[in-house]
Amino acid sequence: MTFINYAAREINCKIVYYGPGLCGKTTNLQWIYDKTNPQAKGKLISLATETDRTLFFDFLPLDLGTVRGFKTRFHLYTVPGQVFYDASRKLILKGVDGVVFVADSQEARMEANIESLQNLEKNLKEQGYELKAVPYALQFNKRDLPTALAPDDMYRQLNFKGEPTFEAVAMNGTGVFDTLKAVAKLVLTELKKK
Amino acid sequence: MYEEEYQQIKDTLQRLQVDSNSKIVFLVDKNGQQIACHGDMRGVDATSLASLTAGNVAATDGLAKLIGEKEFSILFHEGERDNIHISLVAQRVILVVIFDDRSSLGLVRLRVKKASQELERTFEVLLKKSEAERGSLGRFDSPFAEITDEDIDSLFSE
Repeated sequence: MTFINYAAREINCKIVYYGPGLCGKTTNLQWIYDKTNPQAKGKLISLATETDRTLFFDFLPLDLGTVRGFKTRFHLYTVPGQVFYDASRKLILKGVDGVVFVADSQEARMEANIESLQNLEKNLKEQGYELKAVPYALQFNKRDLPTALAPDDMYRQLNFKGEPTFEAVAMNGTGVFDTLKAVAKLVLTELKKK
Repeated sequence: MYEEEYQQIKDTLQRLQVDSNSKIVFLVDKNGQQIACHGDMRGVDATSLASLTAGNVAATDGLAKLIGEKEFSILFHEGERDNIHISLVAQRVILVVIFDDRSSLGLVRLRVKKASQELERTFEVLLKKSEAERGSLGRFDSPFAEITDEDIDSLFSE
């Protein structure tokens, strides 16, 4: 739920990066963190295991500027992708305003992508949201790998509602900001409707 | 959030900070958005504090449900120098008190209890107000109703 503080003239929106384990959710956030100027960002918090797998979430607050006199701030979260962290994923989806699904382009991970997308739909439903109604963007990550499936193939299997879709290589930043902008726009447009 | 209640909340937090002799008093919603705070925030990353607190409460909430409890309404973390007291107010917001050895857990608990009751009343009024506004549709103009695509684009112009 977007938190609008009329007294402090601030809008806070929560965007969650979802996707299967090792698809590059944290790498997306890391790139955004590295490339944003210091005044516009807070600390990147990573609750990860010793082997750098996300344990609970990563968190990055981002100030985008002012809309109609309101300071616009986005809180970016990632979920832990590994299947057995489902309870944690549910918690992080609470109060979500927009979702980015990061899919791993490698052929061998297609099944994991589909499973994770179904998991997203189910967990959103448990929190009282419908993926159909939530601002949502899709990212095909790891396009640089030789085993990457054709984007058309991936789109056929993962497209949910004609959402904005981007090809990305999160390691070098390709498509990272495009994805973020797309979902942020959808979130703000949703605000307009309310 | 409305000006009048926001001020009330800030006043309550300020009183709590003074009465409990604590360093920082902080109010966060369950989604990790900071609502208000009082105390010496220098050197404290408020946004991270808010987000981690909410994560902590959410995880503890999950634990409570697992063992058949409704919630754990108080969490306490003891450090070498500073301690954190976290409590749920009206099941919707999280009150965080950071204190050192100039105060004590007993004092903090006592003062938090009193402040929680005040906050609960304020939030009740807030809730009623926003419900009333929702009932009288049209009278309340959201500042975002007229947001244009250009406004949104301008955010990403850099």
